[in-house]
Amino acid sequence: MRSARRLWRAGALALLMGVGAASIAGAADDGLYRALGGEEGIAHIVDGMIDRAYADERIKRKFDGVNPKALKESIRKQFCQLSGGPCVYDGETMAKSHAHLALDKADFNALVEDLQLAMDAQRVPFAVQNRLLALLAPMHRDIITR
Amino acid sequence: MHHLLLRSIAPLLMAAPLACVAQAQGKLLLTGGVSSIDGAAGGGLSPWALTGSYATAGQIGATAYLTRLPVQDYGFTGYGAAVAFGERAELSIARQDLSAGATGAALGLPGLRLKQTILGAKVRLGGDAVLDADTWMPQLALGVEYKHLDAGGLAPTLSALGAKRQGVDVYLSATKLFLAQSTLVNLTLRATRANQNGLLGFGGTASGSYSLVPEVSIAYLLNKQWAVGVEYRVKPDKLNPSILGDALREDDWKDVFVAWAPNKHVSLTVAYVDLGGIVPGVQPRRQRGVYGSIQFAY
Repeated sequence: MRSARRLWRAGALALLMGVGAASIAGAADDGLYRALGGEEGIAHIVDGMIDRAYADERIKRKFDGVNPKALKESIRKQFCQLSGGPCVYDGETMAKSHAHLALDKADFNALVEDLQLAMDAQRVPFAVQNRLLALLAPMHRDIITR
Repeated sequence: MHHLLLRSIAPLLMAAPLACVAQAQGKLLLTGGVSSIDGAAGGGLSPWALTGSYATAGQIGATAYLTRLPVQDYGFTGYGAAVAFGERAELSIARQDLSAGATGAALGLPGLRLKQTILGAKVRLGGDAVLDADTWMPQLALGVEYKHLDAGGLAPTLSALGAKRQGVDVYLSATKLFLAQSTLVNLTLRATRANQNGLLGFGGTASGSYSLVPEVSIAYLLNKQWAVGVEYRVKPDKLNPSILGDALREDDWKDVFVAWAPNKHVSLTVAYVDLGGIVPGVQPRRQRGVYGSIQFAY
């Protein structure tokens, strides 16, 4: 009796993890990836976001010592995978890579604004921008530590 | 005249972005809501779970507003201010002034103005309306509004009706921005005895107990600066019946609105509002009008 219950619980847990993994993996199809302009569009968006962040008085100090080219490459892969594109992000987890920065919500929102400006410059429609932001927003829990 | 007005406002609107760098500006545009008529941050008619201003954790922000709503037979003016402590707590103070127009005269009180002062406090209980995009969890806030009415010459009438001159509303708001759909939904549940939001006192002889009424707002974000939406506020109807029969019956309030925030220092809201009947026994017309509100944030 007890082992049957354990089996059900294990099965339910596996199902939930599968669903969770699917949502963490991002969009099921590549519609958002294409709407963002595919590989080239995302490259421009990420370049624009990071360039703005490095010049943003509110958060530029947080990027001290970080190689912008490597950072852009890493984020490009992340956005690509998240939006349903043909990439695999194999970089550090959000928690590990941001833990030492003591970021607060104002820092997080500042980068969001830089991303919005970069997407505006790429003429990404507002509704499409929000679809990407919806996939990124939950990361605030791992990124905001203060 | 308009040219002069524009010339004086233009530098303010252009200088604001430069001043932004030093201020408490940690929230995304429009995510502090606007000032509701009771003074709390939210929509125009209802308080939301969002805290006002652009202050986020570790910051303190303030807002001030002026609202005008002329309807067919009455004129409503509201103004007030609020302070937000991070996204945790908000304190507000508001004044409401309803000029009763011809209804006042018909009641033998020409020039009657009903004035109300509202002290508000709101605490965010949990959730993040914008960033919790992967769950159904809304941002939740509990609020309290202490309302004090100066009924002028109408005071004896309100006493006769069993309506008190002060009251407390308590509300619970749940607000969520469904980011992927650019749509914000708010549901507020308000425990109140207020008649016409308090402008006709609190409770009545026939019904002195509290009512729990729902208020709904839905807003669609067109872009970073513009939002459109609708609001519906169910109202209790505690002066119906009264010794004057159903002369003081009241209706639900509703509106359609457009909000524009050109920067983090100023926002404008225009709405078409339907307040239903106000003292319909004297003035049976539905009171409708164009609502205009300007809010400044620091």
